[in-house]
Amino acid sequence: MNNEQLIVTSSPHVRATDSVSKIMWTVVISLLPAVLAAVYYFSFRAVAIILVSVLGAVATEYIFQNVRGKEVTIADGSAVVTGVLLALTLPPTIPLWTVLVGSAVAIGLGKQVFGGLGHNPFNPALVGRAFLMAAYPVLMTTWQLDGQTTATPLNLFKMQGIMTDVWQLFVGHIGGSLGETSAFALLIGFAYLLYKGYVNWRIPAGMIGTVFLLTLVFGQNPIFHLFAGSLMLGALYMATDMVSSPVTKSGRWLFGFGAGLIVVVIRLWGGYPEGVMYGILLMNTAVPLINRYTRPRSLGEVK
Amino acid sequence: MSILSFKQGVHPDYNKELTADKPLKKAKRPEQVVIPLQQHIGAPLEPLVKKGDHVEMGQKIGDSESFVSAPVHASVSGKVKDIKKVMTPGGSKAQAIVIAADAEDNFVSDLQSHADLEQLSGDEIRNIVRNAGIVGMGGAMFPTHVKLSIPKEKNVEYVILNGAECEPYLTIDNRIMIERPEDVLFGLKAIMKAVGVEKGFIGIEVNKPEAIAAMEKVTSNEGNIEVKILETKYPQGGEKMLVEAILGREVPAGGLPLDVGVVVNNTSTSVAIADAIQKGIPLIERAVSITGHGIAEPQNLIFRVGTLVNELIEQAGGFAGKPGKVILGGPMMGFAQKQLDIPMVKGSSGILVLTKEEVDDYEPSPCIKCARCVDACPVFLMPTQLMNYSKNEMLDELEDYQIMSCIECGSCSYVCPAKIPLVHHLRMGKAQVQARQREER
Repeated sequence: MNNEQLIVTSSPHVRATDSVSKIMWTVVISLLPAVLAAVYYFSFRAVAIILVSVLGAVATEYIFQNVRGKEVTIADGSAVVTGVLLALTLPPTIPLWTVLVGSAVAIGLGKQVFGGLGHNPFNPALVGRAFLMAAYPVLMTTWQLDGQTTATPLNLFKMQGIMTDVWQLFVGHIGGSLGETSAFALLIGFAYLLYKGYVNWRIPAGMIGTVFLLTLVFGQNPIFHLFAGSLMLGALYMATDMVSSPVTKSGRWLFGFGAGLIVVVIRLWGGYPEGVMYGILLMNTAVPLINRYTRPRSLGEVK
Repeated sequence: MSILSFKQGVHPDYNKELTADKPLKKAKRPEQVVIPLQQHIGAPLEPLVKKGDHVEMGQKIGDSESFVSAPVHASVSGKVKDIKKVMTPGGSKAQAIVIAADAEDNFVSDLQSHADLEQLSGDEIRNIVRNAGIVGMGGAMFPTHVKLSIPKEKNVEYVILNGAECEPYLTIDNRIMIERPEDVLFGLKAIMKAVGVEKGFIGIEVNKPEAIAAMEKVTSNEGNIEVKILETKYPQGGEKMLVEAILGREVPAGGLPLDVGVVVNNTSTSVAIADAIQKGIPLIERAVSITGHGIAEPQNLIFRVGTLVNELIEQAGGFAGKPGKVILGGPMMGFAQKQLDIPMVKGSSGILVLTKEEVDDYEPSPCIKCARCVDACPVFLMPTQLMNYSKNEMLDELEDYQIMSCIECGSCSYVCPAKIPLVHHLRMGKAQVQARQREER
């Protein structure tokens, strides 16, 4: 009985069934309502942008991992998530080559140069978007609705003081990027992630709550500010990126609060109409500090 | 009835249905037993017999002058065949006495029984417990008489009997409470008398309704002993978690339940104390769950200390299919074994066999900082952070982040979607810090 080939490892000897790739692919599934909404409003342009973005992200991951002599992990779904998320932040009119550049930067500079999955300090999709905003500001801010060139609700509001109807905002019949149009579609997907336990609710609660309260305090229509722009997309899907957000409960509240604060400051007093991207990227830089200062008191510890 | 619990923790598959309804059964008398001279935390024992000696069952065959130690006794009658170094379930080698059993099962003649607790003093109870070689039978094997010796400056208010049995698969505490509730109660009363407290609790997870009913029945007339129902959650049976769940008290970091006025003992230990007092029988046998899908006939057996692992596996019908892992203890904190010709000891609560198919080859992938480990840790550590400090030997940070509070329950590794062996890294971190502390002294 002793010559059986027994495996010896340290405890525990059983593991939960979730895996990183299961989490990533579930996030992809949860983005489907938003993708469908984008296709509904922008038809084949949306399909093309999303496909190019995903292909660009996956190809970049593949190339980098090959060059670095690392195991190729494109099947884990993480590059696909980045590709879809980046696409959802882009305007429907953007040339496809720009999408490719953006997705390559997102994975290349946003993720692989730091060591790949798990090591990126910033949300990779937002790094890609930030690059495109800096490099091609005009292409990135040309909006369209029902075939007509238009401005985004935040832009209309900031430049001309025009308020868009809140119901149109909610369902997404507005000018804007692919994924920021329909808050409804984003919320459905997020609810699915919450149900699966694959997403943290404190960050979006903190971020959206802060925007709501502060815009209310400063005499704005808080509902408008919740559903206009990319707050929903950013708070639900970008700020909650596990790798680039805090690991402690109070840290997540703090992260959400900080990002929301920056959003409001930029929207109300900044030069840009929208501040979600900067809010999240700036808070990403603070994550190590937040983790450090929000370490939970361990059981029986006198702090 | 309210269900008590602690914060955080995990919910592994319990798999207790394999053996939960199997009554305790005596294992066959082995032809030979191998009794290690260290089955406790503390100083190793000196043999009291030599090769060729005849021993009776229950005869003390190893002891030590040291206070923190527990003697061992012959679990069969027969002849001492050898005294040699053997491998033990914890993975270290120890001197052991090998006894060839005869067919007599002759007990030593001087067993002393005490039917009435009232006539025993605390010191007498501690003496009986010490002489019976009783140790913590949940697995830690800390000498029980030491646990029952309360330093003068400490004020003990409660005794908690741990019937949580939160490790998946294991069902012996469950069976003992169902089949021997009076003895469990007697042992608890003896412990309460020894440490001089008036109030006792028996904590049982809600997934053991029969055990709860049995213990509630025997305690119905005991005004000062209460059954407390606990949530089925791992590691509910951890001492600190039990104290938190039942009393809402926090054991200080680096401290013991004693520091908040509590003594915690396992139900199997309680029954061993009852046997030692009522029948005078030392700790020479105990119950074990032989279970898992890799075992043909999973069951709960009472075995003689020193029986070899593979003999018990054979009595449980042998392997079902190809065994992948043989674990002594439960799946969360037990030890995987390379060889099976090793002796079962006083702390052996389970033989768990996982099949080849069940044993996944966990290839860890990078941490995605999902924080499930942080949300699972029952002592509120940050395993993901500690892992990095441990890997990089950052000792100051390890201490700042309270690595020494880790109870090594394995909840972090269990939940990790990247399959990182977090608790392994934390153990290494603890070892580094302990090594430095020793150097500084």
